[in-house]
Amino acid sequence: MSARTGSAPTISGSGLAPRRKRKRDAGIYYAMGLPAALIFAIFYFGPFILNLRYSLVKWDGITDSEFVGLGNFIKLVSDDDLFYKVLGNNLRFTFLVVIFQTLLSLVFAIFLVKNTKTNIALRTLYFFPTILSSVSVGIIWLFLYDPNFGAINLFFNKFGLESLALNWLGSEGSALNAIAFTQVWFHTGQMMVIYIAGLQQIPQELYEAAEVDGASKWQQFRFVTWPMAIPTTIVVMAYTTIQSFRAFDLIFTMTQGGPNNASSIFAVLIYQTVFSELRIGYAAAQSIFFVLVLVFVTVLQRRFLNTRYEK
Amino acid sequence: MILKFIKGFSLLLFALLILVPSLIVVFGASKTDAEVYNAPLSLPERWNLDNYRTLFESSNVGQSFLNSVIVTLASVFFTLLLASLCSFAISRMITVTGKVLFALFTIGLAIPGQVNIVPIFILFNDLGLTNKLSGLVLINVVTTLPISVFILTAFFRELPKEMFEVSAIDGASPLRIYRSIALPLSRPALGATAIFLFVITWNELLFPLLLITDPAKRTLPLSLISFRGEYFSSYSMIFTAVMVASIPMVAMYLFMQRSFIAGLTAGAVKG
Repeated sequence: MSARTGSAPTISGSGLAPRRKRKRDAGIYYAMGLPAALIFAIFYFGPFILNLRYSLVKWDGITDSEFVGLGNFIKLVSDDDLFYKVLGNNLRFTFLVVIFQTLLSLVFAIFLVKNTKTNIALRTLYFFPTILSSVSVGIIWLFLYDPNFGAINLFFNKFGLESLALNWLGSEGSALNAIAFTQVWFHTGQMMVIYIAGLQQIPQELYEAAEVDGASKWQQFRFVTWPMAIPTTIVVMAYTTIQSFRAFDLIFTMTQGGPNNASSIFAVLIYQTVFSELRIGYAAAQSIFFVLVLVFVTVLQRRFLNTRYEK
Repeated sequence: MILKFIKGFSLLLFALLILVPSLIVVFGASKTDAEVYNAPLSLPERWNLDNYRTLFESSNVGQSFLNSVIVTLASVFFTLLLASLCSFAISRMITVTGKVLFALFTIGLAIPGQVNIVPIFILFNDLGLTNKLSGLVLINVVTTLPISVFILTAFFRELPKEMFEVSAIDGASPLRIYRSIALPLSRPALGATAIFLFVITWNELLFPLLLITDPAKRTLPLSLISFRGEYFSSYSMIFTAVMVASIPMVAMYLFMQRSFIAGLTAGAVKG
């Protein structure tokens, strides 16, 4: 080791050889980064640009495409009730999941923050659904929600709550909410673990000081835990937002967007526009709107939470 | 006192909410349909593997299982290889190139590949990559590269620079530094990323749905969906299929809880 550091001065002293080596090294670094960059450029940004092109045409994928300019976008914005319905669904789904999942995961994290045996066991259990596939989770909840033999309605009927025994996934009023509940069930444990990691960083002295000052449990939460947990909340909410926009797998398994598109979100709509209606250009225009909405929601959320954070 | 009760009650409720549905599936896979419908929660009359046998004999779940194994292993391997090379280069590049490269992958994190389903379907069709496992591997690598580069770059940047510089001065080439210093040191980060990738690749539905129509090329989630369509009213068989699709991940989870939780939260936090 000492011999190595000992050779360092000669490097900075003489010039050419190390400089040439540095140049060669830079080349090698480029070569190391290239395969990933190239694949990503071709199969992520490439399709992205193709999407822009397809959004300007009318095309069924079989016959020749016809250039329609901004026609797809105009129709989408001015004359498509389904599109607005799905936009509303998507925003409502995201809102429900973000609010309830963040709240629940924070509460459970506070309950289970101490590393006791019981707490670790409960964390392991709560986290468990995260490793399952959306298809498996969707199938399990299809069974639970089933109006005739599902466990949920069996439970309500048994306790004389027949009025609560609904056709959860089959009626327009409840389908999206029922899926949102499943999504929260699916990922609360994952977000809880992130919160626990954040809460364990809070210096214990702050709580001790608060206790000395006679702060109640609620005041401790309000003035110590919550302010200190805001950075984690930003991470949790941002991740949950993206995750809820990606809920295609779950919704496709449970309802395929039905009944009457009541539980459809963007990804499901785009999929159906391509494969059921064969309107490729129109689906491309929908995808571009999808991106815009996603960016808008993300930016809005960051700004909201950041201003809260600065206070 | 009341607080304690609320705490205990809500913890128990959520625990039951996860345990009960899971047990319904585990028990259901050893039951007949009548048993599943009449008493979903009761223990099976007799633990048996009959449903599993029927499943593997009457459907091509076995083939799908194999396909899933191949696609997952290949996807995780190539993503880790490409991402670790690229992340190492990014963390060592002092120039703008590293920053630009990193920024490009960050865009991929914010905007999921789902928005590209239309052009990817057409592009893969034109390139003859539909109905091929290699096509699935390719699209998996593309969609998981951003998160992997993100996690690994963050890790490489935290390693002390001096370690690399000393070896560089000794005349070691970047590739050698990558192989004999960076990779061994980053084993925990690579492990966490690998677990994250295993779970999301094994469970992926959208792209197989988009690119695979040949039943012999289906992966498990796709197989599960079509199986549900066929065996619509036979939940004992459907639960058996769910078990087959979940067992590998559940087994890994039971043996490596810590790494799983670390991996799946690293994916979220760094993302």
